[in-house]
Amino acid sequence: MIGTRKGLFLARSEDRAGWAIEGPAFPMNAVYAVAVDTRRETPRLLVGADSEHWGPSVFHSDDLGATWDEKEGGALRFPVETGAALTRAWQLQPAGPDQPDVVYAGVEPAALFRSDDGGDSFSLVEGLWDHPHRPQWQPGGGGLCLHTVVPHPTDADRVLVAVSAAGAYRTEDGGTTWQASNAGIQALHQPDPFPEFGQCVHKIARNPAEPEEMFLQNHGGVYRSHDGGGHWEAAENGLPATFGFPMVAHPHTPGTAYAFPLVADAHRMPPEDRLRVYRTTDGGDSWHALDAGLPEEPAYATVLRDALCADDATPAGVYFGTRGGDVFGSADEGETWASVARYLPDILSLRAAQVP
Amino acid sequence: MTAAALQVRVPAGLRGYTGGRPVVDVDVAALGDAPTVGALLDHLATTLPDLERRVRDEQRRLRRHVNVFLGTENVRDLGEQATPVAAGDEVAIIPAVSGGA
Repeated sequence: MIGTRKGLFLARSEDRAGWAIEGPAFPMNAVYAVAVDTRRETPRLLVGADSEHWGPSVFHSDDLGATWDEKEGGALRFPVETGAALTRAWQLQPAGPDQPDVVYAGVEPAALFRSDDGGDSFSLVEGLWDHPHRPQWQPGGGGLCLHTVVPHPTDADRVLVAVSAAGAYRTEDGGTTWQASNAGIQALHQPDPFPEFGQCVHKIARNPAEPEEMFLQNHGGVYRSHDGGGHWEAAENGLPATFGFPMVAHPHTPGTAYAFPLVADAHRMPPEDRLRVYRTTDGGDSWHALDAGLPEEPAYATVLRDALCADDATPAGVYFGTRGGDVFGSADEGETWASVARYLPDILSLRAAQVP
Repeated sequence: MTAAALQVRVPAGLRGYTGGRPVVDVDVAALGDAPTVGALLDHLATTLPDLERRVRDEQRRLRRHVNVFLGTENVRDLGEQATPVAAGDEVAIIPAVSGGA
């Protein structure tokens, strides 16, 4: 699934070498959130699509994108008494396999919603909405958005979320109470370099096979945690820069994660003007560039926070999309790359999965 | 259109929510004692909820890039949602000229 600023494109492949591109669905809608829910007997595609005119909405498809359903009245709406109105769905995230009907939505203004019917309808997670920190949360450049939801793969009570620019919060009681989870993460834009909250976290990834292991791309800074987000430490050795947006954990192998660094906050382009994914295979002790098959000519495009992803195959496929409309994929865990799609609108979100 | 109805003109992009109809007739009697644009949209929220939610947000504010015209006047230049409406009126939902490249 390729979410772009002007609609959704679907790329299908039997061998992860040749790709057939379809679309756009939802033309002229900005698709910031896509998900492939493979926990169901029939895989479900989920899309958050924002119309410049008609506002945001959530759709799902149970026939791999041939038709789309939109819940009458809207799947995702703030209760009137909150005084809030949905600006955008930033993240649609299926929960663990033991909760096959639970899907989380992270939205702007920053809030978490939960669905217990596979994404047909959502309810506000009030424990986070009522958090005493929330009135002090400040928006990042993309608005005050809850853009990342990281459910625990086997413990339904544990979920971690990330808010720009409030930082990470986690619950261990199914969403009733939430604790700031930013210990060790530096806030470069605040007088106190290590505040309890207020960090501009860009993305957090959890290793499904080793759920306490997490990787975090901050607004300046790459971190890891060995205790499910309780504490963070810098893990930047080998990276050419510590700024960037996405972070992806390997779907099976502990210790392995992928990032796409940019030079700096003030220079949001790839280091050395080359498209390169960086991978750690030692839990963040070191990172190494992966660029075999990627363009050798200068490239200046960024990769947004949800535009780097892995599939669930063995060996894992890794994919990224640029704001220049290119999608590249690797069927061998990042060792070699090839074009998946070119000349698309700016790519905002990307997800890949094996489906029957 | 019956004598007691007004017409709501629906743009092409929203006709998926009206069964393809470009015009929806609304009985003014259904809008209460003091029919207004807001009362009309409240009525649509019950009869055509998806049409209404694409025009207003959850707080019943008109979406920023949506214009509602009463005849040839933008209701933002009249009384916004307090603008009175009456039988025989034509209310048009029109997307603003915006959106960038």
